[in-house]
Amino acid sequence: MSDASPTNPSGGAGEFSSTKVVRLVGRVFGPLLGAVAIFGLHLTLLGRAFTWLFRRPFRLRLYLEQMEFIGVGSLPIIMLVGFFSGAVTALQGIMALAMFDQQRWVGYAVGVSLARELAPVFTALMITARAGSAMATELGSMRITEQIDALTTFAVNPVHYLVTPRLVASILMLPVMTMVFNVVGLLGGYVISILVYQIDLGQVLELFRHWVDPADYVQGLIKSVIFGMAMALAACYQGFNVRGGAKEVGRATTAAVVSSSVSVLVLDYFLIEIMNVIWPSQGM
Amino acid sequence: MTSVAPTRDDRWQIQIRGLYKSFGAQQVLRGIDLDFERGKTNIVIGGSGQGKSVLMKHLMGLLQPDSGHIYVDGEDIVGLRDVAIAKVQRKFGMVFQYAALFDSLNVVENIAFPLIERYRLPRGEILSRVRDLLRRLDLDNVPGVEEKFPAELSGGMRKRVGLARALVDRPQILLYDEPTTGLDPIATKNVDEMIRRTADDFGVTSVVISHDMASTFRIGDRIAMLYDGKIVACGTPAELLAAPDPRLREFVEPSGAVKFGVSS
Repeated sequence: MSDASPTNPSGGAGEFSSTKVVRLVGRVFGPLLGAVAIFGLHLTLLGRAFTWLFRRPFRLRLYLEQMEFIGVGSLPIIMLVGFFSGAVTALQGIMALAMFDQQRWVGYAVGVSLARELAPVFTALMITARAGSAMATELGSMRITEQIDALTTFAVNPVHYLVTPRLVASILMLPVMTMVFNVVGLLGGYVISILVYQIDLGQVLELFRHWVDPADYVQGLIKSVIFGMAMALAACYQGFNVRGGAKEVGRATTAAVVSSSVSVLVLDYFLIEIMNVIWPSQGM
Repeated sequence: MTSVAPTRDDRWQIQIRGLYKSFGAQQVLRGIDLDFERGKTNIVIGGSGQGKSVLMKHLMGLLQPDSGHIYVDGEDIVGLRDVAIAKVQRKFGMVFQYAALFDSLNVVENIAFPLIERYRLPRGEILSRVRDLLRRLDLDNVPGVEEKFPAELSGGMRKRVGLARALVDRPQILLYDEPTTGLDPIATKNVDEMIRRTADDFGVTSVVISHDMASTFRIGDRIAMLYDGKIVACGTPAELLAAPDPRLREFVEPSGAVKFGVSS
């Protein structure tokens, strides 16, 4: 540094190249930093929503409304998708197991795939498409029509009033809907394997009972809780931060669906890795 | 920039002294000194992006200034938090540009919202206060209006329901955010009349943010012009007409709404 006098011509050149480096670094890491910043903003919203959970007034009605919308409202689609997921898994399972003449394992195959993967992931994706998109649209249009500002003029915190109930309702309802998916999916598997392919029910049940572990269901339900949180958080974040007009609301809805679907699948991978440590897989 | 607390004078309900506010590098308010007279219709005019809405948000404590003071009934509200600011906010009712009614609530629930959120009142009392307002704002002649949702109302009715919601907690001050923006001349006249009538019937201090010159001179008791984050002219309509600021003239004359030198 001592030779870097102002008159040193190489100092100028060095400065020039260093700004170039800064610009290059900015171009490479800029989007990454942006992503980290947005992730941070999501976490901030999550933190605020949970802090407000414990503050009065509790407004139970808002929670029940959201639970009704996310849960009861999603029942038909969850049952439809659940039935066919179970049926398709059974069908593919039977075709694969037929190579070894081991079709009686189909109950185990359907049960464990539903419990660990299909039920939590498909439920989260279906509810994202149905309820997550609706949340983003609703909050976005409340933002642009100044309804969120109106809340603040009545000393009502918008996060408390809008985000906390949606987040809590999603966290509570996703596991419930996942269980519904599991049950209906097993029914779909039953219809295909027992009624259509006439596999012996006794053997299927025996293997199912012996090999499908309650831990499989616990894993699926833990995942669904986290998926519910991610879904609601992405939807509320996008809706809450709409600026501008109707077009922006549409953009926010798309962004909410894309980001929550992606985060469900990415989280799924990491959760599997974590849970493999907690429950080492048994003979799969 | 040093501002002295104004001496308490019952004539002025709100007194703003040396208000500065920046967002990042952008200075929006550059030293506002302004008084709003009790029981009168006070109008702040200015073009878009001159800081009108920002000023309005400061009045209700929704934004905090970088420096300066806002006295509401002699009490400085800058820096108040939680319960203290909520108490001040109860003095205000805000009428939004497009009413900002809650889509998921019907007319009665919308109007009752401030009461339900702020107090524990018996249902009957809330309902009677809501019905009283529906009657006074001529909303009760529509069959089944109480159960209607905002999407089922006309623009004018939505505005009146928004006004009812702002009035239900008996505020002393009503803030109107660009009440006539985007309305045709007849609807504009109706809104003007509504503002005047409300001021008379309910005895409130009105603060109207507007860029509609014609309606400003029709309903204003006091008019202030905000230009580039500062108040450049302030007074009664007659005073403004008598000594028009060049910036005021520049703003007004292209609209043709007001002819200077001709008494209104």
